[in-house]
Amino acid sequence: MRLTVNGHAHDLATRPGQCLRTALREAGWFGVKKGCDAGDCGACTVHLDGEPVHSCLVPAFRAEGRAVTTIEGLSGPCRAGDAPRAEHPMQAAFLGAQGFQCGFCTPGMIMTAAALDQGRRADLGDALKGNLCRCTGYRAIREAVAGAGQDGGDGAGQDGGDGADQDGGDGAGAPGRDLPAPAASLVVAGAARFTFDLPEAGTALRLKVLRSPHAHARVTAIDTAPALAIPGVVAVLTHADAPPGRFSTGRHQDPRDDAADTRVLDPILRFVGQRVAAVVAETEAAAEAGVRALALAVRYEIRPALLDPARALEPDAPRVHDAADRPGEDAPPLLAHPNLAAEVHGEVGDVAAGLAEAACVYEGEFHSQRLQHAHLETHGCLGWRDADGRLTLRSSTQVPFLTRDAVCALFGLGRDEVRVLCGRVGGGFGGKQEMLTEDLVALAVLRTGRPVTWELTRREQFAATTTRHPMRVRVKVGARADGRLTALALDVLSDTGAYGNHAGGVIHHGCNEVLAAYSCPNKRVDGHAVYTHTLPAGAFRGYGLSQTVFALESALDEVARRLGIDPFDLRRINAVRPGEAMVSHSLEPHDVVFGSYGLDQCLMLAQEALAADPGPAPEPGWRAGTGMAMAMIDTIPPRGHFAEARASLDADGTYLIRVGTAEFGNGAHTVHRQLAARALSAAPETIRIAGADTDAVGHDTGAYGSTGTVVAGTAVLRAAQALAGAILARAAEGMGVDPAACRIDGAAVATPHGPVPLAALAPLDAPGRADGTPRSVAFNVQAFRVAVHPASGQVRILRSVHAADAGYVINPRQCRGQVEGGVAQAIGAALYEDLRLDAHGRVETDAFRSYHIPACADVPDTQVLFARTHDSVGPLGAKSMSESPFNPVAAALGNAIRDATGARLAATPFAPDRIFRAVAEACRAGG
Amino acid sequence: MDLHTIETVLRPRDRGDLPEWRAGDACLAGGTWLFSQPQPDLRRLVDLAALGWPPHRIDADGLTLSATCTLGDLEALDLPAAWIAAPVIGACCRALLGSFKIRHVATVGGNLCLALPAGPIIALAVAMEATCLLWAPDGTERRLPALGLVLGPQRTALAPGEILRSLHLPAAALSRRAVLRRASLTPNGRSGALLIGTLAMDGAFALTVTASVKRPVRLAFPAVPGRGALIRALDAALPDDLIHDDVHGRPDWRRHTTGALAGEIRDALEAGA
Repeated sequence: MRLTVNGHAHDLATRPGQCLRTALREAGWFGVKKGCDAGDCGACTVHLDGEPVHSCLVPAFRAEGRAVTTIEGLSGPCRAGDAPRAEHPMQAAFLGAQGFQCGFCTPGMIMTAAALDQGRRADLGDALKGNLCRCTGYRAIREAVAGAGQDGGDGAGQDGGDGADQDGGDGAGAPGRDLPAPAASLVVAGAARFTFDLPEAGTALRLKVLRSPHAHARVTAIDTAPALAIPGVVAVLTHADAPPGRFSTGRHQDPRDDAADTRVLDPILRFVGQRVAAVVAETEAAAEAGVRALALAVRYEIRPALLDPARALEPDAPRVHDAADRPGEDAPPLLAHPNLAAEVHGEVGDVAAGLAEAACVYEGEFHSQRLQHAHLETHGCLGWRDADGRLTLRSSTQVPFLTRDAVCALFGLGRDEVRVLCGRVGGGFGGKQEMLTEDLVALAVLRTGRPVTWELTRREQFAATTTRHPMRVRVKVGARADGRLTALALDVLSDTGAYGNHAGGVIHHGCNEVLAAYSCPNKRVDGHAVYTHTLPAGAFRGYGLSQTVFALESALDEVARRLGIDPFDLRRINAVRPGEAMVSHSLEPHDVVFGSYGLDQCLMLAQEALAADPGPAPEPGWRAGTGMAMAMIDTIPPRGHFAEARASLDADGTYLIRVGTAEFGNGAHTVHRQLAARALSAAPETIRIAGADTDAVGHDTGAYGSTGTVVAGTAVLRAAQALAGAILARAAEGMGVDPAACRIDGAAVATPHGPVPLAALAPLDAPGRADGTPRSVAFNVQAFRVAVHPASGQVRILRSVHAADAGYVINPRQCRGQVEGGVAQAIGAALYEDLRLDAHGRVETDAFRSYHIPACADVPDTQVLFARTHDSVGPLGAKSMSESPFNPVAAALGNAIRDATGARLAATPFAPDRIFRAVAEACRAGG
Repeated sequence: MDLHTIETVLRPRDRGDLPEWRAGDACLAGGTWLFSQPQPDLRRLVDLAALGWPPHRIDADGLTLSATCTLGDLEALDLPAAWIAAPVIGACCRALLGSFKIRHVATVGGNLCLALPAGPIIALAVAMEATCLLWAPDGTERRLPALGLVLGPQRTALAPGEILRSLHLPAAALSRRAVLRRASLTPNGRSGALLIGTLAMDGAFALTVTASVKRPVRLAFPAVPGRGALIRALDAALPDDLIHDDVHGRPDWRRHTTGALAGEIRDALEAGA
């Protein structure tokens, strides 16, 4: 088929049912992304004869004789593999406004935006409804499209909270300034290489899995012959081929933190969607045909399934992990019930006494639903043996080192026999703190000896990966008439699904900072994480806190109302302060300190900003109200979080920083560059960052728990400082002077005897390390003003303000982006998203058209304000700010709806069809 | 997405080229639904675009739309001033869940024949009392009111191999005042209820209900009914098992919203009468 691509004639061999996207990617145009493969997300947008189209929906044959422009050709004619160009005004605008984070949606976003005429630009909510971004919250994208993003310096420039003019801003890229992401120009050019953006991915064997149609069953027989008979099928892998060992998909520094309850392939199927067997084939078509043939050749013994977590601990509940299924293995630790995955109990003081002395007691039950992370790049992995025979896995992961260790343990390989690395990672949000593909790809590579690729479909991403833990939280609050809290009690039921990955971590974390944030003598927690025959929950932004914060902050809002106390004041009265012990539900010592304290500032900033500008008046007939909520988070996960970095001075006088941590839109590498620039008194562009490769450094726990700045960044800062010391020492030695009399000055070291060029001192190399302790606390306060339609239950956000204590803000624009993105994701969770299961445990919402993540029209601009604090723990005084903005949002929205209507909503999402009755009744009752 | 089981794409130039229908065949119009999900049972695509049907024709009788007319083309049509229902045409095109990029490719016929409750062209066709022209595989034709085409979610009156050729919207219907109201769980989301009311010169009022119901429902009144009478008529016409239930709206909300929107439409048309 002949057509023109980016100005040049192409001759593409296409298949009858092929879509244009895969044809273009096979021709090397990797800027055309696969986000949903269904026309919902827009990441594959190209121009066809000048019109923007979702290339995943265009039959390839329809491009015959026509002209296609991809992101690579937007700046002008080019050939695949040419040097990246980003000269189109829309690319320049996205660069200027930094209208991206992970960058996976960016090519499609730019291609769509570049095709908008003035009329369409006037309504971006409509024009961009076919382009989904999970990271940014759209403000930066709107700014880019409006062409207003040329001056990046106005990032978070709000009254009192402007991080951009903090002290020490001694250069355009220095800490405190809005340095663009190192990969920014590649991202907007469509040249940033994500996991599968390399030719080898196209020639590798394809892996596809057969997934369980049953919530609970045992495989009694698999006949692989029909699948193997299909031309192109190379191997069929079943539980008989899988290593016998068990692991947890959840990855932590200490692998014992998660129950080893998962096999690569298991004859016991514990949720609809679990892997039954895998087909490896020369083509995707053959692999799919193999899976269809296999589906007819598996016999199941169907067992009763447990779908309701509330029933999990009943004596006769079906057992998710039955010791009878593991004859000969050590019995799992003795818990009260085999369906109990983890529990937490604790009490300080005497909650009963505290409630007895309270003037106001509030009790409520709150429900938080299952959520999908919905990063635009699905899970996936490309594996091969390198020239030395080493198993190499290029994966979309937040935890390359922990994944390497898990693969080693599973297959009995040494650390020198396995390498795990990342390309650019297309979003994570905790979802990639799991090993969901690498184990099976490793097995396939070891079995076939050939490169194997496995990229999850969007449907698989929804139906068979991890989710937020659904939780039922019962909360009891007692308070005196003056607002002082006398008792806080949480009873939490967390549904971890079929496997225990993150079950314990999430329930412990979820019951910790939510209580430690308040000074109250009597606190109690009873938490249970239970197994059910549903798809497994896992790590998700906020790690348990979003669910408990929703409950407690809603309850505190009710207490404030009943006592006639302003909700901001109720927090001021009760929030923990420096000098007080941070206690959740036990008096055990811990390593969390007040590295800095900005909660008081956050409360004031949010309250004043909302008062100063309450937003537009509601439409006639709508009710308006305001609400707020706060959240505290430890800046680093407990139980060890390690990072190593190496800083080196190369022969050309530039620097290379090697880190273990991945860049997935969190902006860690930008901050690393800024930290190194400070330590080395260098221009940021002279510093390259290489990361996310088990060959880069000795160890890195991973990019989770918002540690990119505070742990990996600390390691980078220390490595760079050590390198600076080594540079000065070598220069001083050569010149025969005291190192203290020398300083690095750009490309040279200034000494009393004259300058020494850096290049003359190379090579030099220095390590840095961080061990993630002690830890500090960060704070977030969210305030909304909303309008609610009393009859239809529609909610509109009139005003959104978020105040954050991130310590010293190293990159204000980027940190603002993290906050905006967290708030947007949380708005989706609070208003729209619900991963729904049907009566058989099958995921019903397995596409973006049924699982609605916020689009441009769904997210208002959020004013972001930063407290001015300087943390004693984090690098240059910085604290973490990736997960935490998510946590207070649902409660703040619920509290605003309560204020507007009188209805206390106790379950998210607050979708019109779920809340219209409660809202209408409350409005009627309230008059 | 790639449809790996497709072995052949037929590109007929005229009706005589249409193949003998067999299991595993599908008509390809815009492809926006067909290529949006796995189609493991399909082997052959019949590309209707190859037939080269002119997308639309305007004459004194009304508006004729080929099944392959895109929503984008329909939205951009310049219609006679006397067709005062025209604004609901644009509104229906924009009521699609997909973006303008989808509207440029998605077709009128595809939207009708997919028969999703939220299909906005279904609402338009029923409200405008459109007639469908169907081509049977044996070379014969038949005409069917749009109201009779959609039987339920993704279920139509089309016989195997029968092809929707075109849709005729009569001028009389297009000349009525028309008001559209729509509700969705999200600002630009899939319709949970989409209603169109029309008011004829002689005072006759009709209400078309879609999206909240499994198949379109049309209520006709000789004159604008009172609110109470309208709600009673709706309740009688919409038994519980006709209310659609999926992730885009719970049935009780759909029913409630349908009543509220019907009232708004009634008031708007009465006010302008």
